[in-house]
Amino acid sequence: MKCRRCEEQAVVEVRHAHAAYCPTCFVERCREQVSRAIGEHRMIRSGEKVLVAVSGGKDSLAVWDLLLDLGYPADGVYLGLGIGGYSDRSGDCARAFAERRGATLIEIDLASEVGFTIPQAANTRRMPCSACGLAKRHLLNKTALDHGYDVLVTGHNLDDEVAVLFGNTLQWNMPYLARQRPALPESSGFARRVKPLVRLTERETAAYCVIRRIDYIVEECPMASGNRHLLYKELLNTLEERDPGAKATFLNGFADRVAPLLDDLAAQERDSVGTCSRCGSPTTAEVCAFCRLRDQATRPPRRRKKRRRDRSVHAEESPVTGGESRRP
Amino acid sequence: MKIRLHNPRREVETTGPLRASDLCKQLGLNRESVLLIRGDELVTGDALLQEEDVVEVRPVISGG
Repeated sequence: MKCRRCEEQAVVEVRHAHAAYCPTCFVERCREQVSRAIGEHRMIRSGEKVLVAVSGGKDSLAVWDLLLDLGYPADGVYLGLGIGGYSDRSGDCARAFAERRGATLIEIDLASEVGFTIPQAANTRRMPCSACGLAKRHLLNKTALDHGYDVLVTGHNLDDEVAVLFGNTLQWNMPYLARQRPALPESSGFARRVKPLVRLTERETAAYCVIRRIDYIVEECPMASGNRHLLYKELLNTLEERDPGAKATFLNGFADRVAPLLDDLAAQERDSVGTCSRCGSPTTAEVCAFCRLRDQATRPPRRRKKRRRDRSVHAEESPVTGGESRRP
Repeated sequence: MKIRLHNPRREVETTGPLRASDLCKQLGLNRESVLLIRGDELVTGDALLQEEDVVEVRPVISGG
């Protein structure tokens, strides 16, 4: 198979583009796609301070590398989630990349910063990935604001966006659909949040890292096993294999035809945001979801044991109610 | 040839020569969900893998 651009030996097929590329042309294509996403959605303006949320995985390291090569002097922030050896290894990847590129990496340790780890948060009523996502959104936004960054970059790729869209569409979750955008503008209490990888699949970001010799954590988070997001991605890739381009068509169709119809709902959602009475973060409740999560995750274990016993009694009396108690 | 798989990490043997796309079929893998790396170089689906090759099958799906 030959490269579409230079006719050298290809190493990556991009089936949804009906093309294959050699390493040099593939890296160039990734840069073009990221530049196009940044330009189309006005993600980053000249002279702005940019912070990249870095997990040590392929997407966050790829987007950091791409931004640096495109001339954005971006810093990184790594959150130590306290997930045993997995967190140790992902932190090593983030630090090694920062050192190799001579870039600044801010490190935040969840346990010392907020008093709990993700495994502790997973013992609450929230599902592990939901608790982790909530903690990350809160702390990344806070870090960006506290350090004076204009824009927070995340490594969400096309597959992430399609899986979220698929899940929200299955449930017709209109408020969530209304706020699904490649760039969320800054507003009171929120830094601007942008997703420059929205035009690249995760197969492309992984290939980019292999070609660029970026060492990233390949193993899946041990707490993510069996989550719905991964199931959606597998289903969507089954569709994509039969019909290359189906994922991009679904996402782009939503962005072009449906998202504009939800602008009013998105504005209503923004207007309903107040301030958390405890930490001052933006929220629609009196106490924000993060503070409530922290209360639950740091509650003394004896009280939680008692509640579990209570639940098990109810479960024996009513198996249906007991089985649904952990749904988010 | 030696095939290295992830999640869980393991190694299996298969007989070459074999097209990369046929290896995916043999392992029951969706080509959208993996990359094939021979030595330390990516290969496309039409690449002919040889008996002496060591091939990593790297999953690309991640998320939480």
